[in-house]
Amino acid sequence: MLELKHVWKSYRVGALGSKRLTAVRDVSIDIAPGEVLSVVGESGSGKTTIGKMVLQLTSVTKGQILLDGEDVTARGHAARKAYYRRVQGVFQDPFSSYNPIFKADRIFETVRESYFADVKRAEWTARVEDVLQGVRLDPGSVLGKYPHQLSGGQLQRMLIARALLLDIKVLVADEIISMLDASTRIDVLNLLGELKERGLGVLFITHDLSLANYISERVVIMRHGAVVESGTTGKVFTDPRHPYSRNLLASVPQLHRKWSDSEAVPEKLEADGDRDLDPAPLTEVDEGHWVAAHP
Amino acid sequence: MSAEVVLQTEPVGRRNEHLYFALRNPKVAIGLSLVLALLLLGLIGPLFLSDSPNEYVGPKSEAPSGEYWFGTTYFGQDVFTQFVHGLRSSYLVGTLGGGISFVIGLAVGFTAGYRGGLVDEVLNMITNVVLVLPALAVLIVISSYLEVRGVVTQAVIIGIFSWPWVARAVRAQTFTLANRDYVDLARLTGKRSGQIIVREIMPNMASYLLMSMILLFGGAILFAAMLDFIGLGPANAVSLGTMMQQSMAWSSLHLGLWWWFVPPGLAITLIVGALYITNVGLDEVFNPKLREM
Repeated sequence: MLELKHVWKSYRVGALGSKRLTAVRDVSIDIAPGEVLSVVGESGSGKTTIGKMVLQLTSVTKGQILLDGEDVTARGHAARKAYYRRVQGVFQDPFSSYNPIFKADRIFETVRESYFADVKRAEWTARVEDVLQGVRLDPGSVLGKYPHQLSGGQLQRMLIARALLLDIKVLVADEIISMLDASTRIDVLNLLGELKERGLGVLFITHDLSLANYISERVVIMRHGAVVESGTTGKVFTDPRHPYSRNLLASVPQLHRKWSDSEAVPEKLEADGDRDLDPAPLTEVDEGHWVAAHP
Repeated sequence: MSAEVVLQTEPVGRRNEHLYFALRNPKVAIGLSLVLALLLLGLIGPLFLSDSPNEYVGPKSEAPSGEYWFGTTYFGQDVFTQFVHGLRSSYLVGTLGGGISFVIGLAVGFTAGYRGGLVDEVLNMITNVVLVLPALAVLIVISSYLEVRGVVTQAVIIGIFSWPWVARAVRAQTFTLANRDYVDLARLTGKRSGQIIVREIMPNMASYLLMSMILLFGGAILFAAMLDFIGLGPANAVSLGTMMQQSMAWSSLHLGLWWWFVPPGLAITLIVGALYITNVGLDEVFNPKLREM
């Protein structure tokens, strides 16, 4: 449904754009309806940039992004507005996603303004209460409040509710639970699972491998702007082929293991090379399991 | 729990909320009423008094009395008539000069901060050039070349030269605010850049913008008074600054004619001071976290 084909992104930096910084290198991924695809990687691996490109918040330097076979990059305002009816996003910091001086329910009002100006107020209120109940929030306790009066979990769920008002096909979830506490995390995660069952495609961006394993069928591991390994979660997590993936897996803290018992020594990894060159090519090692060439 | 109940039963509508808190803030109430009272005096006063404030109407150097409220000048002009006319032109200079620089500053600052990149670098360069121009020297040169100096030309000149610091501050603020997630969210709602600036970024700077409007307004009045005082004021009108210049030129201080220079000086101080107090109060109004009620 949503497809990224050999996507590159480089930023111009420095005085008058004299230098270039390549954030994403030759990434090709696709998301099917009813699928959660996790993109995992360390800070600076380019995973957030991919989310931003899918949401068209930043331009694509090279390559294509297709939605249902149709190229959606670099179009006019009207086409972009129509695109956002089908693709929406939720960001990492719930408190930064709301304008602090307005009440939190304004996010629903702006959606009405842009897309449903002809819907009557009573009907709209009913719809908002409907989606709020859909994300298991009590409309009475979240409507009419300022963002600082609500919890991070409530705010994130309201953002998901906002996206659901638009009848979307793809949701980009950029680290949406990394700023929530442990007890609310699982609620929001399970909510994503329900969305998946409704047929939504979710691009789940995270740095946490256990979350990726919990929620998604397929995972893409990124490093230095390029894909190093991708495949079904079962295969990647039981049989990681790339040294970076193995390091990542070894570094996940486990419930019954103490730090002092850990004896794994991280494998040596390639340094960050020239980012303007093509990244190491991917080879299929197993059905649907791709790994980048490594020394 | 009790806090939630109070919040839910709050009888304040969303639109009137700021007004509700503004009118109940003592700082805003005091500052604003001072400014408005003087404005009212400047607006209504001239309607009841002579149209020509420079006319010689009474005895020379007369102390304040029932007939001449603020006394008369060395030449027998009525100080009160001059004062209300002066107020009028001071407010005109403040509104026009402050308004022009506010509009230029906002346009440049928001464009540079929101667009970034090359647009920002060019606009920033222009801003810096205007900023380092010695404004006073330029104003003196321009003012002395003009044959007829009116209140309006003075205001325009002041407006054109006092916007850079607003532009710089707005640009810097816009830089940080434009990177907030709610700006991205507004884009995901299909909003255009202009709408995002006006409806997402600007309200967050409302208190700052009001402050700069107030400071530009006060600054323009002070700047005009300064130009007037060194003899580059309007040739065809009376302003608070020209009143002070005249009173100094004719040694009112040595002659003890305090009623000639105290009213204009006090009025300038009061206007600017009251604007500052208003601004401090407005900050509490616009930031819900600072409210104590």
